[in-house]
Amino acid sequence: MSVHAPILAIAVPLLGGFATPLLAKLHRRVRDVWALAVVLFVGACVGYVAVHVFTQGIWVYVLGARQPQETLVPGGFPIRIMLVVDAMSAFMGIIAGLLSLTAFPFALRFLPEEEGKTLALTLGLLLLAGILGMAYTGDLFNFFVFLEVTSIAACALIGFRTWTSRAPEAAFKTMLLYSVSGLLFLLGVAFLYGEYGALNLAYISAQLRGSFVDRLALALFLAALVMKAAAAPVHFWAPDAYGEAPAAKTLLLVVNTQVSLYGLWRVLFTLYGGLWDAGVGWLVVSLGLLTMVVAAFMALVQTDLGRLVAYGAVSQIGYMMLGVGVGLVTLSSRPDYALVAMKGGVFHMLNDALTVGLLFLCVGAVEWAKGTRDLRELGGLGHGLPAVGICFLVASLALAGIPPLNGFASKILIYQGSFRLSPILSAIAILVSILLLAGFTRAFQGAFLGPRVEAQGVPGVFLVSMAVLAVGILVLGLVPGFFVEGVVTPAAEALWHGRALYLAAVLGG
Amino acid sequence: MTVVVRTITRILLPISLVFGGYVIMHGHLTPGGGFQGGAVAASGLAMVVVAFGASRLAGRKGLLSSLESLGGVAFAALGFLGLGLTFFANVLAGAGGLFGNSVPYGPNPGDLNTAGTLPLMNWAVGFKVLAGLGAVVLLFALFGENHDR
Repeated sequence: MSVHAPILAIAVPLLGGFATPLLAKLHRRVRDVWALAVVLFVGACVGYVAVHVFTQGIWVYVLGARQPQETLVPGGFPIRIMLVVDAMSAFMGIIAGLLSLTAFPFALRFLPEEEGKTLALTLGLLLLAGILGMAYTGDLFNFFVFLEVTSIAACALIGFRTWTSRAPEAAFKTMLLYSVSGLLFLLGVAFLYGEYGALNLAYISAQLRGSFVDRLALALFLAALVMKAAAAPVHFWAPDAYGEAPAAKTLLLVVNTQVSLYGLWRVLFTLYGGLWDAGVGWLVVSLGLLTMVVAAFMALVQTDLGRLVAYGAVSQIGYMMLGVGVGLVTLSSRPDYALVAMKGGVFHMLNDALTVGLLFLCVGAVEWAKGTRDLRELGGLGHGLPAVGICFLVASLALAGIPPLNGFASKILIYQGSFRLSPILSAIAILVSILLLAGFTRAFQGAFLGPRVEAQGVPGVFLVSMAVLAVGILVLGLVPGFFVEGVVTPAAEALWHGRALYLAAVLGG
Repeated sequence: MTVVVRTITRILLPISLVFGGYVIMHGHLTPGGGFQGGAVAASGLAMVVVAFGASRLAGRKGLLSSLESLGGVAFAALGFLGLGLTFFANVLAGAGGLFGNSVPYGPNPGDLNTAGTLPLMNWAVGFKVLAGLGAVVLLFALFGENHDR
């Protein structure tokens, strides 16, 4: 079975999602055990795939072939659907696996039965399947299909609380943006298909000539994925969406934006890696700067804890774009420090998943305890819920890049790399971190400090989920070297000069 | 609805279901397939909802959603059938038995009993779409009726 691990990581949550409503008819407990078993299995699969890929190189899996490695049909053309898992894909898989492993136990306790828990679990599993599909696929059309799978599941989760007024509005806004983004991506794929008659990413990459149509397709991909990754100026769906979805499911939405960024890196470095243009890199850098500045200022004025954390999450997307964008600009001219910035950008994806994930779990716990997220009504929760308060503080400091937490470890790499391109870039990035610190200090003070108030205690499973992420934040912050060397550097290098290996793994020789 | 609409619906419902089934059945030979056939059959359900009123069908909502889940499970399970080789490998094609004839060479009218797991997947998708679209139409109609009052 282990040769099928990459596809099982996608197919099992898909099957699990469809089977969940049926099992719920048997008994609620059967459904809960099933959902947990599926997520555990997926975690084992992505872990196994990651270990295999980091030790033995790119893992290609061809669907429907006689053998999993039979990439080409006679004539040397890759016609089948295939999964191509390199170090960067495996890295995304780890992030998705880690966050779903913490989100699902939390969600099982957090979601009320009468609010359609079965459907939320189903949608969560389908979203997970779509995210892993986007991370692992080596086929452009399949990427679009999984993009749509995540869009539909995510929109349904965002509009989940249909009886409130804000959730359907947030879902509608998100659906509009996701639909436009999906269609732009599809149009780009259609352009490339019309020109090269293929959908396989590696094959098209080898054929790309840099014609006008190719550049048009690049613009479409860029627009689509930036939209889906919630970067400014099309970030406005994200705060609504993150704020309105059930808190535990927001973790999957965060991974969803990250995997869209992963798609952007895949398009820029692997698909278009052959024709290089620093202008695209500057575009990514400037969008990243705009995202972090806009989101940090917006975070300062929020009065809803969920929306405040959501703006913090959006600003972190800007850091990732800055880090990898600096790498793009200086790919050929100054490779020595470009790689540092890219490592920072890639490492920040993992750190952001942990910190933002923990913050959203804290928001969920606060909502559970007090039934509101409004900072004007909250206060004094630190007396009754000290563990939640400590977790929130740790995650806020990590988000603002305070040493010795994990946010600092990746941000210092981004600062270093971008400083040598232009000091202004890192000055803005540091300024944004200070703004975020201000915003989150206010949130911590508003929610947890002050005179003691009555609050409902939170269940132990919440604290376990939160503790896992908090320990991750501390470990990544205290011994970043181990992870940077073992996981982040291979992932960044897979983008950096892994294109030739990627093409060779699919097309041979 | 009036007796005219009801009578026409009684006549058209079997036709649309049979035609939907035909499109699903021949998905591997002619244009169409699971989604298209399922949508055609679901249009028959939509006619019933319009002609006879949604409240009379409200009890069938659970049946439709179970059928939809079953369709999804069946589709994914058919993918797992190929795991001896690879996921989605068409192990039934050319193996004799159900849909197991090998495809005849050259111009021919098409043999229904070919293509292995593809027709089975078409059926799974067909039932999923039929049940899914049917449930959506039914829910909208129920929602509308509640608001008309």
